[in-house]
Amino acid sequence: MLSIISLSIFGIVNLFLGFLKSRRILLPATLLFLIVALILNSMDWNQQALYFGDMLRVNNVFVNFAGIVLITALLIVGISRHFGNDEEHTHPAEYYAILLFSVTGALMMIGFENLIMLFVGVEVLSVAMYVLTGTDKRNIRSNEAALKYFLMGSFATGLLLFGVAMVYGATGSFKLGGIASYVQMASMYGAVSPLLYVGLLFLFIGMLFKVSAAPFHFWTPDVYEGAPTIFTAFMSTVVKTAGFAAFYKIASTAFAGVYGFWAQSLAVMAVLTLLIGNITAAYQGSFKRMMAYSSISHAGYLLLAVVAKVPSSQSAILFYSLSYSLATVAAFGVLMAVSESRQFEGRGDDRYEAFNGLAKTNPLLAFVLTVSMLSLAGIPLTAGFWGKFFIFSAAVQANLTSLLVIAVLMSCVGIYYYFRVIIAMYLKPAEGEGISVSAGFTLTLVLTTVLTLLLGVFPDVVKNIF
Amino acid sequence: MLTLALILIPLVAAGVLLALRGGAVKRVALIASLVEFGLATYLFTAFRPDTSSQFALSFDWIKSAGIQFAIGVDGISILLLLLSTLLVPLIILSTFHHSYKNPSSFYALILAMQAALVGVFVAKDAFLFYFFFEAALIPIYFIAALWGGENRIAVTFKFFIYTIFGSLFMLLALVYLYLQTPGTHSSLISAFYELNLSAAQQSWLFWALFIAFAIKMPVFPFHTWQPDTYVESPTPATMLLAGIMLKMGTYGLIRLLLPVVPEGVHQWGTVVIILSVIGIVYGSIIAIQQQDMKRLVAYSSFAHVGLMSAGIFSLTLDGLQGSLIQMLAHGINVVGLFFIVEIIFSRTQSRDLRQLGGITQHSPVLSVFFIILVLGSVALPLTNGFIGEFLLLKGVFTYNAWIGVVAGTTIILGAVYTLRMVQKSMFGLQTATTEQFTDVNTNEILVLIPLAILVFWIGLFPNVFLKLTEPAVADLLRSLK
Repeated sequence: MLSIISLSIFGIVNLFLGFLKSRRILLPATLLFLIVALILNSMDWNQQALYFGDMLRVNNVFVNFAGIVLITALLIVGISRHFGNDEEHTHPAEYYAILLFSVTGALMMIGFENLIMLFVGVEVLSVAMYVLTGTDKRNIRSNEAALKYFLMGSFATGLLLFGVAMVYGATGSFKLGGIASYVQMASMYGAVSPLLYVGLLFLFIGMLFKVSAAPFHFWTPDVYEGAPTIFTAFMSTVVKTAGFAAFYKIASTAFAGVYGFWAQSLAVMAVLTLLIGNITAAYQGSFKRMMAYSSISHAGYLLLAVVAKVPSSQSAILFYSLSYSLATVAAFGVLMAVSESRQFEGRGDDRYEAFNGLAKTNPLLAFVLTVSMLSLAGIPLTAGFWGKFFIFSAAVQANLTSLLVIAVLMSCVGIYYYFRVIIAMYLKPAEGEGISVSAGFTLTLVLTTVLTLLLGVFPDVVKNIF
Repeated sequence: MLTLALILIPLVAAGVLLALRGGAVKRVALIASLVEFGLATYLFTAFRPDTSSQFALSFDWIKSAGIQFAIGVDGISILLLLLSTLLVPLIILSTFHHSYKNPSSFYALILAMQAALVGVFVAKDAFLFYFFFEAALIPIYFIAALWGGENRIAVTFKFFIYTIFGSLFMLLALVYLYLQTPGTHSSLISAFYELNLSAAQQSWLFWALFIAFAIKMPVFPFHTWQPDTYVESPTPATMLLAGIMLKMGTYGLIRLLLPVVPEGVHQWGTVVIILSVIGIVYGSIIAIQQQDMKRLVAYSSFAHVGLMSAGIFSLTLDGLQGSLIQMLAHGINVVGLFFIVEIIFSRTQSRDLRQLGGITQHSPVLSVFFIILVLGSVALPLTNGFIGEFLLLKGVFTYNAWIGVVAGTTIILGAVYTLRMVQKSMFGLQTATTEQFTDVNTNEILVLIPLAILVFWIGLFPNVFLKLTEPAVADLLRSLK
């Protein structure tokens, strides 16, 4: 709980640090703040407590999810090398501050015990993301992305709030426990208010929008492509992890009593998400857009664990989020380095061709991206394999056979598009010159690779605490 | 410990190779593979022919998932272990005249591949098996895609996705089986043997597992990746693919499919045998049409593996024993044949039978070796191929006489396409391309002599090998009844 408070304070401190002449202090300061928050977060281990008038619950699940979010944020700050260097990004203090605020929002979403808190968390996270999407302010795509994200996002938040209101109308409670006991009783007597079903659907739609699950994914490709890459990385990792933490919590606790009702509709959406995400990703010519669709497809795998709703689902979601976040940060990091040094049609080149021959010019970057792609594709001895493994195990336990067959087929499609970039790097002739990257940037990327491989060989290291 | 060393030696050597440059790379790779072979030979001589798992080692790997790092050698794996350690030094030696660009990565990948292959054959835990099964794919993909022919990118990509596709279904099946094990789950393959699965479960599990192995082997109609991949890959990769990797599929059938889903095997066995026999005839007929020698050998390999798979599904002692010894024999013959194709290609820049001819006049030694290997391949008595094919056909014949008759055409058709290849390339008039042909050099002879010796040794003394495998195979069959 101290992590939430400290992060909000650190965000404000960061704003004031912007007044200093030396901007170099911002990056180390933000890193330090996040590390402090991580330490404070780990101090909550094995604490069971409710805070803020029973609005927020801190337990080990909270600590785990918050840990993933904070580590991801740390890694992303670690690769944010260009803030303040060019005229486009003249206010680095604000970006770092907003980043910290959005992490605060994410932690609220993870720990909420009351639907009001969920709404506040979603808003804090989303508003921060709208701003960050538009930070490349002279780039028309960035502006378009921000506007699109904002309009669609507010609409979704509206639905979410509407859903909360209806659930309150049906159950008379904002608290997860209160809703759960109503749902339990009502479904036992077969007298569940239709208002609850409608409210539940609205609530779910709002959440599914945030995690970009089909058919609420239409904003994703444009926003991911338009946003500065560093914030795309943030969006596709932190937002997704927090979104699924909240989503699983609400589905498995408050609405556990009407599992039969929502499991079916979610199963349909999981299939849609898997199909749309993977098949469309295979047709992309731009690596960045491919990553956007791949992020949709990973939402599909995560939904599988939610639909399964077995005791092991939660640790499967945790592991999957962690492995996915590590690989995605690495992928976007390499993309940033490549697209900044190679131009195409007057802007950073994010097509597959930009990666041609990278293995010859920058073997290390190529290796990092290869491991990241293998992990996203779920090849053994990477973290991504175990992510898929635990999700599939959960789904097998719940007998979701037909869903699994689709998931397996779609994994194959995934291998196709992830390998395209590996092929470009290793098998195509080099076009550009070598890319020079800073030591800190390289270190962060290597760290993600090492973690991905480590978790691939010894998943027990973290699986034991999840 | 010895078994673990068999996995680690090539892996460590691969790491060392990456740091080396220049001419030392080849020699270090060869030495490492010879050490590996020496160790495997010791294992082979110390192996007691019974049903137990020997040189076993096991420790917890992923405790939370009940996955153990359990390895060991038993009667079913011993011959394949021997095969994969025997062929790699020969494959490395066969490349000595050829200079591949970036040799340290090239040889490191070959050794990494060997580590994974050995791992597949010694794994006693289903997920460990799956890891090595997949891990073998990455090095071979890169060898083929980096050093292959013109169409390599598209062809190897198809191969990669095809095989991963199969493996994913196997993974699904393994996860399912794992969750069926009682109590705190276990993923030991032997624990899967004990499961009492219903016929309906076994029916779909059969296909989930079978597709993975069928694609690897490949069995008709899952073979479409194979000829192109064999042709486009550099010859050492083709040798690895046809000589050893293919056996991962047949080994998987015996190790996992038969004992885990016996009822599924009874239910679908006939379908698979018919598919396999179709593969034999179909592969042979296409092989007869080929002008490209490498493609011809590729199709012949496809035809031969069909017979192995039919023999395995005959569920007879002869069929299974035959398939095990034939895996060894086929590995030796096919590697030899691909090597001879490579020797011819390196001198004439051609594999086209229409452009070749009369090579015997220039290189009598090469033709002698070629004929020995071809005789092994067409299963002439006293050669290695005869033992395997005879037992396999006997097994299939016991299963169903009519299918046995059709499968028996493999002997005739095999003779047609292989002898045609010898006749067109070695005999007849010499052509413009073969005028300057020079005979084999010392390196090449060093590869060919052991292969030729093995062709006869296995052919004359098959019992040395058969008695090692018999107790384990007989035990397996008992558990199926």
